[in-house]
Amino acid sequence: MDGGLLIEKLILVVALFSITLLIAMYSTYLERKVAAWFQDRIGPDRAGKWGILQPLADGTKMFFKEDFIPLNSDKWLFILGPGIAMFTALMTGSVITWGPNFEAFGRTIVLQVADVNVGILFIMGFVSIGVYGIMIGGWASNNKYSLFGAIRASSQMISYELAMGVSVITIVMMSGSLSLRDIVDAQHGMGWFVFKQPVAFLIFFVCALAECNRAPFDLAECESELIGGYHTEYGSMKLGFFLFAEYINMFISSAVIASLFFGGYNFPGMDAFSGNTLAIIGTLAFFAKIFFFIFVFMWIRWTLPRFRYDQLMHLGWKKMIPIALVNLLITAVVIAAYNGWFNK
Amino acid sequence: MSEKLTKSDFESASYLSSETIDGDIATLNLGPTHPATHGIFQNILKVDGEKILEATQTVGYIHRAFEKIAERRPYNQITTLTDRLNYCSSPINNIGYHMTIEKLIGCEIPKRVQYMRVIIMELARIADHLVCNSVIGVDTGALTGFTYMFQQREKIYDMFEEVCGARLTTNLGRIGGFDHEFSPAFYSKLEDFLKEFPALFAEFDNLLTRNRIFMDRTINSGPISAERALEYSFSGPNLRAAGVDYDVRVMNPYSSYEDFDFIIPVGSNGDTYDRFQVRQEEIRQSLSIIRQALDKMPEGPCHADVPDFFLPPKQEVYENMEALIYHFKIVMGETPVPVGEVYHSVEGGNGELGFYLISDGGRSPYRLQFRRPCFIYYQAYPEMITGQTISDAVLTLSSMNVIAGELDA
Repeated sequence: MDGGLLIEKLILVVALFSITLLIAMYSTYLERKVAAWFQDRIGPDRAGKWGILQPLADGTKMFFKEDFIPLNSDKWLFILGPGIAMFTALMTGSVITWGPNFEAFGRTIVLQVADVNVGILFIMGFVSIGVYGIMIGGWASNNKYSLFGAIRASSQMISYELAMGVSVITIVMMSGSLSLRDIVDAQHGMGWFVFKQPVAFLIFFVCALAECNRAPFDLAECESELIGGYHTEYGSMKLGFFLFAEYINMFISSAVIASLFFGGYNFPGMDAFSGNTLAIIGTLAFFAKIFFFIFVFMWIRWTLPRFRYDQLMHLGWKKMIPIALVNLLITAVVIAAYNGWFNK
Repeated sequence: MSEKLTKSDFESASYLSSETIDGDIATLNLGPTHPATHGIFQNILKVDGEKILEATQTVGYIHRAFEKIAERRPYNQITTLTDRLNYCSSPINNIGYHMTIEKLIGCEIPKRVQYMRVIIMELARIADHLVCNSVIGVDTGALTGFTYMFQQREKIYDMFEEVCGARLTTNLGRIGGFDHEFSPAFYSKLEDFLKEFPALFAEFDNLLTRNRIFMDRTINSGPISAERALEYSFSGPNLRAAGVDYDVRVMNPYSSYEDFDFIIPVGSNGDTYDRFQVRQEEIRQSLSIIRQALDKMPEGPCHADVPDFFLPPKQEVYENMEALIYHFKIVMGETPVPVGEVYHSVEGGNGELGFYLISDGGRSPYRLQFRRPCFIYYQAYPEMITGQTISDAVLTLSSMNVIAGELDA
């Protein structure tokens, strides 16, 4: 095995890990600032200038809180819950293409930890495992409100994953590949899939909101009904893990939305650049798209009320899935007609 | 008891033990300390998944025996107890109580005082409805409108502060009127409020009223029919939401409400959405009443001629014997009150707030009973949420504006 590759990937993994954590940390800060902005408030401004050190202060606080495990809970599962949530959230970043290839030290560096040829399936799979973290955590707490939150979260995620999967299939059909790199490359320049598949994008976006447990689908935590939902009984860094996982998921979802529908690192006029300039601008463009979607997630959260459980299921099963299926069918027919398969 | 508790000590009290989650039906305690119950209420729900099959409500967590305390207090000191009933609109409670005593002693209230009272009471009504409606928003998950409206409520509280020095528990006014005129600062704040508030209120209205998710959440959530509402003797916005146009201000006018022109909004379903809409419209009507009262405000003294209840100016107490005697009697709580029995009600923030008072001529009431609308609404609560989901239960409670202070007195 090539030693250089190993070092390269190692650096990439560490960099990705720290960037993900950093972005998740500052998403919490951003969320509070955005909320404050929407609500005519100031938001955190005590720790450092403009409260810029607030996430560090929060993290420190969480680490130093008493690590409390309810006596009547299932101790190991109680610990496992946030662990799984955090682990799966961090894993999904590994297959995302963060930018065009980079040339350095006489070698081509691929800005992707692993170019798995079923990348999008890998992400969907890990997101599905993510629900176990919430389910186990909520169940192990031995509290009815936690259990309610866990049940709501798991049924919501399972229902919305279907529609999400179907809308992803349309993209896969158009790009002809499950690999995220190929999907991104298929959207060169401004050939973003959002223009060709607006319905699939809407469905995917709504499902992404549901998958991240973000408003208006935040029924799983739903502070006004279920106190804290699945994390009612959690404290200290275990709670921190759950919240952190939510923000990482939001970051990754934004990255996936940007990759699947908004061209990933592609940007208009990219043919004028090449080499490392292209790589740097492409990566920046990708992160700009990600931050835009993170902002949209927050925008929605601080504007809309949340659904009721039955309305959520109604929307998921009776509206999203049929629309996604019809969209899939139309896409299939159009692709077949375009390729002249009906003429044979 | 210094021994360490072990897991087995808790086995019997397990939340998820077989008897509480037997079959499909679980028992869920909604409250007493739950973020959705604004105040301390307990509801023991039997739920099948999200659906409520049976509900039992518990009252009395913050019972403070106000009616009993009132039997030991001089009349002018009971006002402070009424502050703590519906603390979202204390001035209405204060003024309602004052009017009850005025009815008992049969004193004539100058027109100016009545108009000043109307302004204060309508401001309090706006504050009360703002809290209720913005909290409905919070309970559906839309927190932003709440922060907008709470800034406006702060402005109303600033005005109360100008009038009486307090914000929440106001103890506003005196038996017979007000202790002093409204200050110029009050009028300028009121003018600013009347100018700025409608636009901000419209913004809040836009956020929720036609929001599809909000409508889906609130329409048919916690409904009650007009018949059932009347049987429970509902009043106020909750009764009007059910479609009955009963408003104490019109049916039994007090404090010159007959001089003003305003509309009584009514709903049709008696559900959360109708209650929300009725309150929204009442806020607009209250603004118009305040404007009318400001325009028509007559000249005159700011209090009635009731020296038995109204502290004379301090300078006169030093120089004048009558004033000194009145001052002494009021401070010592030895004011003469006729023997009698009166009932007076006002349209409170969330319904008909009544004061039933029996006087045996002593220094304190023989009996004082508050007709507390929240207490009545809470009786109907289990019926309204049975068959609904937990989310609806939370919304129904907040949209009926059940306030623990008033519920438990």
